Amino acid sequence: MSVRHALLALLGEGPKYGLQLRQEFEAGTGDVWPLNVGQVYMTLQRLERDGLVAADEDADEGPQKCYRITEAGREELMSWLGPPLDTGVPPRDELVIKVLVALRVPGVDVVDLVQAHRRRLVGMMQYFTGVKAEADERDGGLLLVADAEIYRLDAVIRWLESAEARLRQGVDLRFPSAPLSPVALRRRQRGMRR
Amino acid sequence: MTTMLEMRQVSRSYGEGAALVHALIDADLSVRAGELVAVMGPSGSGKSTLLTIAGTLEEPTSGSVLIGGRDVSDLSRNDRARLRRRSIGYVFQAFNLLAGLTAAENVALPLELDGTRSGVAQRAARVALDQLGLGDRAGHYPDQLSGGESQRVAIARAIVGDRRLLLADEPTGALDSTNGESVMRMLRATSKGGVAGVVVTHDAQLASWADRVVFMRDGRVVDQTPPRPDVESLLEPSPRP
Repeated sequence: MSVRHALLALLGEGPKYGLQLRQEFEAGTGDVWPLNVGQVYMTLQRLERDGLVAADEDADEGPQKCYRITEAGREELMSWLGPPLDTGVPPRDELVIKVLVALRVPGVDVVDLVQAHRRRLVGMMQYFTGVKAEADERDGGLLLVADAEIYRLDAVIRWLESAEARLRQGVDLRFPSAPLSPVALRRRQRGMRR
Repeated sequence: MTTMLEMRQVSRSYGEGAALVHALIDADLSVRAGELVAVMGPSGSGKSTLLTIAGTLEEPTSGSVLIGGRDVSDLSRNDRARLRRRSIGYVFQAFNLLAGLTAAENVALPLELDGTRSGVAQRAARVALDQLGLGDRAGHYPDQLSGGESQRVAIARAIVGDRRLLLADEPTGALDSTNGESVMRMLRATSKGGVAGVVVTHDAQLASWADRVVFMRDGRVVDQTPPRPDVESLLEPSPRP
């Protein structure tokens, strides 16, 4: 899930105002991703800078700016929506992106966000450990499935812990200026090798 | 169920002036009989301090600790030592078994130190060892036991007699995952039998054996999981930041 692409997708439906985009974005993601107005406008400004959206000249004159998607924006959106060309790219981890996005949203305490996720993940782990504790010791299939879930959750919890430790060490996670996708990371590595 | 351990606004600081360290700040924790609570947090978050104060091994700078409803600060030094011997069991990462004694003798030791006659103490030790599936190891010496067995003997020693509060600090730290799991199974079963248990750990997998997980950070209790999460609550969307 990417805010940038979500906004492009919403503008693909027709020209819209910033506040309207925020409202539609939040409704569309089941309020799982609360979005700050500043975040919407910041994304819109970047999209405009990149030529992916533009001001809608047909809109009524008013205090708010109306945006429309450009042809380049549609292409960007379609290439994102379409099947990935490079099948070697690992799937994006939503939590990683969420934490990265949260770092950019003013007023969000990332340590609290990390804790909210840790509580939830440990809660899920308690559930699967409970399954394991109650399972018949001979039920190998069930035990293996519970173990798989527990180890998967453990990996995510460990990542949260390392993220929190880095934050507390004062590492600037806002650098570089945009959250790195695995694709961008790969491009960067290629660039370095050259 | 009765509240076995209650800590109210407990703080502990060390040193003074520029060297003053607040290891624990206004911590509240309450554990009922039959409940296993995990205290989770990174190194230096205050979780071990919390445990040593809960176990009356250390006194808080401020706040109160009630064990079985009795305020520990009202007790004399001797009464407190008796409370420790009779009501509280400790399990540490290092098993701390005495090498010259058999498993049964190690388990019987706290009872004998408390004045229980040897025969009675030995019988209670056998019961505790049976409970932990170690009946056939009673006559073995610590160097004849595996790591997992040694920690189970340590748990038997912690629950022998009529102990109602079990405190464990990283109890599986020295064990592999299979033995760690069997130790946590035992701790869980022991608490289900009516003992109030507190396990301190930095490991989420270990913590997940508890009925409730309490999170600590910088000396404070900052959050906790709801007791016994059900599937429904887990399928709801992630919390808003």
